[in-house]
Amino acid sequence: MYEGFKKDHVVRIKDFTLDEMSTVFDLAEKMIPVAEGKKKNDDLEGKLLATLFFEPSTRTRLSFEGAMKRMSGSCIGFAEPGTSSAKKGETLADTIRVAAGYSDIIVLRHPHEGAAQLAANFSDVPIINAGDGAGRHPTQTLLDLFTIKREKGSISGNHIGIAGDLKYGRTVHSLTNALSMYDTELTFISPPSLRMPDEITDALGRKGIEHKEVDGIEDVLDELDILYMTRIQRERFPSEQDYEKVAKTYLIEKHMLEDEMCKEDLTIMHPLPRVDEIAADVDLTSHAKYFDQAANGVPIRMALLKLLSEG
Amino acid sequence: MGEEKKIEEKRKEIKITPIKQGTVIDHIRKGQALKVLRILDLIDKDIDFIVSVAMNVNSSMGKKDILKVEGLELVNEELDKISLIAPEATVNIVRNYEVVRKHRVELPKMAKGIVRCRNNNCISNQNEPLIPEFEVVGKDPVTLKCEYCEREMRGEKISDNVI
Repeated sequence: MYEGFKKDHVVRIKDFTLDEMSTVFDLAEKMIPVAEGKKKNDDLEGKLLATLFFEPSTRTRLSFEGAMKRMSGSCIGFAEPGTSSAKKGETLADTIRVAAGYSDIIVLRHPHEGAAQLAANFSDVPIINAGDGAGRHPTQTLLDLFTIKREKGSISGNHIGIAGDLKYGRTVHSLTNALSMYDTELTFISPPSLRMPDEITDALGRKGIEHKEVDGIEDVLDELDILYMTRIQRERFPSEQDYEKVAKTYLIEKHMLEDEMCKEDLTIMHPLPRVDEIAADVDLTSHAKYFDQAANGVPIRMALLKLLSEG
Repeated sequence: MGEEKKIEEKRKEIKITPIKQGTVIDHIRKGQALKVLRILDLIDKDIDFIVSVAMNVNSSMGKKDILKVEGLELVNEELDKISLIAPEATVNIVRNYEVVRKHRVELPKMAKGIVRCRNNNCISNQNEPLIPEFEVVGKDPVTLKCEYCEREMRGEKISDNVI
């Protein structure tokens, strides 16, 4: 039925072809009225989703369970490891084989990197990686790309600024890798100590993707179509003072977006939760799309659940 | 001068005595011979053979290690595994004191069960029922990428993590 999608599992964004991503986006677009509760859908009636969350992530879990239930499916699972048999010393491989016997599809979040790959090796039913350690979080990347596509009509052709902790942030690494499949211009905005790792910028260079690095948001704000903000974490700095100094310069406030300081249709995104990066007064401007971005997580996950369960 | 050369030749002979039949692995990076031996995993083989190791041997290209396995002819597939830590190694298969085949080790595409991931948080280091597996993504220096966490390791890190 969906010839463009040939996956048994969703483990990492790198495994996706452009065709597969566009199949996911097209289906997600159709699912929006269902995600918003405006249209009924029973595509997954009688199907059971197991959400195995070995570390808590309320937003990701709720959006998967919401997506499943909007399509008339049901959910089982746990939200933290204290309630699972992992505490008794069971291997993940065994937990997955047991859960695969109980359910039609498994969503896994796990503190160890590569856990989703292991799960995929042992499972008879599709695995969706909902974050494994500091590793991958492919559904976040898909919803980020989907948001850009919805806001701008296409992903290619945009100048995208990615700001914040670019050294350690897994969301931005995954997003940058995925954006390199499209024809975009990228600007990385970070303090020198939190620059994008060389292996990622080198890969962009090899693919011929234009990119530059700057220290401050205002150095490039007026050129951007998209500004993707992320959190800078206190623990990355030697002292509270050092953190405060940097944090202040990575704050977007409404007055920075006035007159001709940025493009009229600049889109501001953020994977949330935000702390100090975006002032509350920005929420009411037309630039603020981070809550729409979070909401886009539901149709994207609906599309994936449907594609995998029918595959 | 001529006398000194003779003595040197004699010394060399003593250090690296020829074998009648078996495998001589030459040009192993200095200090790596025992790890090469570990990778070859010979101990469980049910064959009568003798291993001798020469370490820190002078050569025209600097110091090197040499490994001789008398009584056992290793096949290329087994030998290529050592290329992960000894990419310059050359192999001579000897029969009746003659070299009958020469082989230069080649990097495999995948390395399974030879090294463990250096990332402590990787699922492959958590007592799960799996064999660590790496894709060989670079030749010079040899670079391995974990199939699970995708962390890369190269050079000394690889030999430090031989299983």
